[in-house]
Amino acid sequence: MRQSIIQWFRFGSPQSFYPLAGRMIPWFWAAAAAFGIAGLWLSFFVAPTDAQQGEGYRIIFVHVPASWMSMFIYLVMAFWAGLGLALNTRVSGMMAQALAPTGALMAALSLWTGALWGKPMWGAWWVWDARLTSELILFFLYLGFMALQAAIDDPRRADKAGAILALVGVVNIPIIYFSVKWWNTLHQGSTINMNKAPSMAHTMLWGMLLMALCFWMYTIAVALVRVRAIILERERHTDWVKHAVE
Amino acid sequence: MNAFLATVRRDLLLALRRKSEVLTAVFFFVIVTSLFPLGIGPEPGLLKKIAPGILWVAALLATLLGLPRLFAADHSDGTLEQMALSPSPLGLLVAGKILAHWLLCGLPLVLLAPVLGLQFDLDASTLGILTLALLLGTPLLSLIGAIGAALTLGLRGGGVLLALLVLPLYIPALIFGAGAVEAHIAGLGAGGHLSLLAAMLALAVFFAPWATTAAVRIALE
Repeated sequence: MRQSIIQWFRFGSPQSFYPLAGRMIPWFWAAAAAFGIAGLWLSFFVAPTDAQQGEGYRIIFVHVPASWMSMFIYLVMAFWAGLGLALNTRVSGMMAQALAPTGALMAALSLWTGALWGKPMWGAWWVWDARLTSELILFFLYLGFMALQAAIDDPRRADKAGAILALVGVVNIPIIYFSVKWWNTLHQGSTINMNKAPSMAHTMLWGMLLMALCFWMYTIAVALVRVRAIILERERHTDWVKHAVE
Repeated sequence: MNAFLATVRRDLLLALRRKSEVLTAVFFFVIVTSLFPLGIGPEPGLLKKIAPGILWVAALLATLLGLPRLFAADHSDGTLEQMALSPSPLGLLVAGKILAHWLLCGLPLVLLAPVLGLQFDLDASTLGILTLALLLGTPLLSLIGAIGAALTLGLRGGGVLLALLVLPLYIPALIFGAGAVEAHIAGLGAGGHLSLLAAMLALAVFFAPWATTAAVRIALE
């Protein structure tokens, strides 16, 4: 038992995590490509045309996984941030920093594809629906996190300050979500109700799940690439980095 | 507890010797709310409808304006470090500073809001609800804002960054605060909104000084 705990902590040091991340990256890229090809094939060639929405509905194969990932990445980011704050492990803070841009990307992608979907279906690029609004606020939270980290020169302080912000954000996300939801029901009648969507065909669901897995693997791969870059940048004064780069 | 009260007293004294800083935020509130009718037009029905939102957004921005002052001066002259070293818990001192900030930046807004509400043709009971909502909401804004102020202590472009960090977190307060007034106007009763606002305030009173203290300690490292 004691042995295994020590093993895990070993990867909390940048020096031992760097090669491990390097070994893992190709696998996650391969998995992302495999899931992506299968998911795209299923969603564009196999899944039937929707009776009400026509071909336009196929945007959801990108939109829904991107929305899921944008929320999930924030939780993972806050987890790493909290871990870094509690255990003072350096790689944790770097992981949080590496995940933030991908999270923001997913949130932006989700908003963008949502707008592309909304125009033909609802007739508007943007409506103040509860989900859209909370996704937008989530995007702002990502931007705030990245801006705070970018403004602090000392990486250790940046990690810790970012960690507090991420944790405060995590506490606030449910509050924001429900407040936006209730605000929405107060202000406008349910002109658009996304909860009563017609039940999906199985192939559509599978396509969406495969695409979600693809996004997930892509996120891990790209976060690991980014964390390796961050490790090299922050540890540039050490001997092992000089050897690793050679 | 003595340390808490001493901090509140000290911050109030310091602020009252430089009154202009406090008054700037208050006048900002007055000017911003007066700008909206000029931009939108003097139609009473429309103004009455948007009044709660305008007053709340202006209160949000006015609070934001005062936030950098919360720790900046004490940080630059080293007082904050002495506070961290002092035998009384830093969390208590930070809470005292937040309370002083609310008394200086939040309370004037609460007191001014009914007067400004008159400009928007709100009736007496609506003004009461507006004041009550702001009374519950502005401490919440000070508490959440203090976390952001401590995180951005001594950073480049701190003020703009602070707005970026804090404003998304202000959204629930805005929704329920303005919502309370709107629900009252619509005849739905403001009780639910005010209760939620009070619940968030209770949560923030417990957690925010704690998070702020952690952020202050990080800034002092």
